[in-house]
Amino acid sequence: MPRPSASIEDRLAVGLSERFDPVALENGSRVGVIGGGPAGSFFSLFLLKMAETIGLDVDIDIYEPRHFVHKGPAGCNHCGGIVSEFLVQLLAAEGFRLPPEVVQRGIDSYMLHMDVGTVRIDTPLQEKRIAAVYRGNGPRDAGPAPTHVVGFDRHLQDLAVSRGAKIRRQLVNQVSWEEDRPHVQCSTGPSEVYDLVAVAAGINSNVLQPIEGLEFGYRIPEAARTFICEFHLGEATIREHLGTSMHLFLLDIPHLECAAIIPKGDFVTLCLLGDKIDDSLVTTFLDAPEVRACFPKAMVPRTVCHCFPRINVKAAVRPFTDRIVLIGDSGVARLYKDGIGSAYRTAKAAARTAVFHGISDEAFAKHYWPTCRQIDVDNSIGRFMFTVSHVIQKTRPTRRALFRMTATEQTRTGNRRHMSSVLWDLFTGSAPYREILLRTFRPAFVARLGWNLVAGNVAPGSLASANGQPTNGDANGH
Amino acid sequence: MGIRSLGKRYRSGESIVCQGAAGNCMYVIQEGQAEVYREENGREIRMAVLKEGDFFGEMSIFDREVRAATVKALGDVRVLTIDKKTFMRRIQKDPSLAFDIVRTMSQRIRQLNCDLAEMRARETEK
Ligand SMILES: Cc1cc2nc3c(=O)[nH]c(=O)nc-3n(C[C@H](O)[C@H](O)[C@H](O)COP(=O)(O)OP(=O)(O)OC[C@H]3O[C@@H](n4cnc5c(N)ncnc54)[C@H](O)[C@@H]3O)c2cc1C
Repeated sequence: MPRPSASIEDRLAVGLSERFDPVALENGSRVGVIGGGPAGSFFSLFLLKMAETIGLDVDIDIYEPRHFVHKGPAGCNHCGGIVSEFLVQLLAAEGFRLPPEVVQRGIDSYMLHMDVGTVRIDTPLQEKRIAAVYRGNGPRDAGPAPTHVVGFDRHLQDLAVSRGAKIRRQLVNQVSWEEDRPHVQCSTGPSEVYDLVAVAAGINSNVLQPIEGLEFGYRIPEAARTFICEFHLGEATIREHLGTSMHLFLLDIPHLECAAIIPKGDFVTLCLLGDKIDDSLVTTFLDAPEVRACFPKAMVPRTVCHCFPRINVKAAVRPFTDRIVLIGDSGVARLYKDGIGSAYRTAKAAARTAVFHGISDEAFAKHYWPTCRQIDVDNSIGRFMFTVSHVIQKTRPTRRALFRMTATEQTRTGNRRHMSSVLWDLFTGSAPYREILLRTFRPAFVARLGWNLVAGNVAPGSLASANGQPTNGDANGH
Repeated sequence: MGIRSLGKRYRSGESIVCQGAAGNCMYVIQEGQAEVYREENGREIRMAVLKEGDFFGEMSIFDREVRAATVKALGDVRVLTIDKKTFMRRIQKDPSLAFDIVRTMSQRIRQLNCDLAEMRARETEK
């Protein structure tokens, strides 16, 4: 017999719904979550947490075949593993601390490598507020797994389980619509009926096609091929050569948008993002002197694990309908930055809609879609900013100006760090692209950049006075 | 307390926030413990000991007053800063972000009420 549901008055009492949707979660409702990556676990966690605040009792099944305890690609969700400064703060405010077993290295700075020199950009508070994590349980050829290592995805999943979610270690093959409810089918066992299905299956999943086939207007997001590999360097070598900084590269290599080396425990992760990442681009990148200089004796070691995963580069169309919502990479993700952060935002917006506003197409359109749209619109501005970054990559005088301006600012204390703060937020994903762009229009920024364009190119030797390390060629004015 | 920790490290006895100072952030303890003191009439009164996961300094996120107490590291401690700007901007879009902080504050008010009632009871007994 169905239990009585939380009354509409209860929901109105929390002040978040002006007119409650007739299609709503009730006590005893069943929620199926396809995918137990960040989006699926965040959604389950927030749904259970919010439901508890209004005395709503729902059952959640998370379908996830991965245990996240195996080494190498089979146990991992293929990503650079940077949890942004912004997300680390929000999670801490929500009471979710990232423990040392999960954090493989606390990051406190960025090193920007260009052909004209290398400059270090410190966190505004000189504090480790960025977390480098494993999404699985470490690289394939990593030897026996240290017992104190827990992958980020596993950690979030355990949090969701501790709040009451159940894990089903199964791959979903089919989602269908029968008798007004979504049905979830795995390769074995009967199909399960749910009141709400949240699809958090990432961008590489088999289940997105059948969902597109349901013909409610959903279109799978566009994706691009990327490259990730891991090197084993050992803790002492990493400390000496890479420290607690994330290393970014602004090099003139066609089709390369972002390149980062991220130190973690005994390993180093290399990520290459762009619109045409292939073997030859990887070889060109690894041959670059700026890249080799990051490794001992300027030699890039053998990789212990590598893959070419895909990344969401254009939002899905209509990622919701009655009783179905698509979150994280299956819906909308932030362009090239903070994909885990956008998984958090879309998952939370979907959970909030389901608990406080309803689970109909109308409720998701009104209360969930605005969050997705905001990310999508901001991505358009991000695309423009990456185009500008291409221009900088291609023109040496602008690289010199950028290098000089940043390096000079890093020697100063106080708030007048115009370029450093723009680069920091661009690389860390700490601020929306729109906000970063607006900052570059400020007269002080434009004037300083203009001055550095002149000073950095008329007297390139003056680079040597800045806080970075100019390459020999540039210090000599070549 | 090494490479795998987030936040900033404070050594035993070091002040993390000082009573009377202006503040525009709050803190969450990542590892270790901290003690809260309040200075009254030149005397330091220990108010509480905070542990892993506890917040402090949250009042200055919501008001413009100076810090109400001093917080010092009790042994080595790692503390993560949450910027007022980051937090308040996000809260406009997602008010549920404040839920845990409001709950902690309400628990602290409950505790204060209990302490106050006990003090009054002791005074009337005297
Ligand atoms: C090269 C690269 C580097 C990146 N670096 C970063 C970074 O440093 N920081 C950052 O924030 N973001 C980064 N991202 C983006 C980030 O990885 C994603 O945005 C994020 O993982 C999205 O989370 P998700 O939960 O939506 O999807 P996923 O992490 O892909 O999780 C989906 C889950 O669903 C499961 N699943 C799939 N199909 C099914 C099915 N049919 N049945 C059951 N389960 C299923 C999968 O096993 C998986 O666990 C990077 C991406 C790439 C490609």
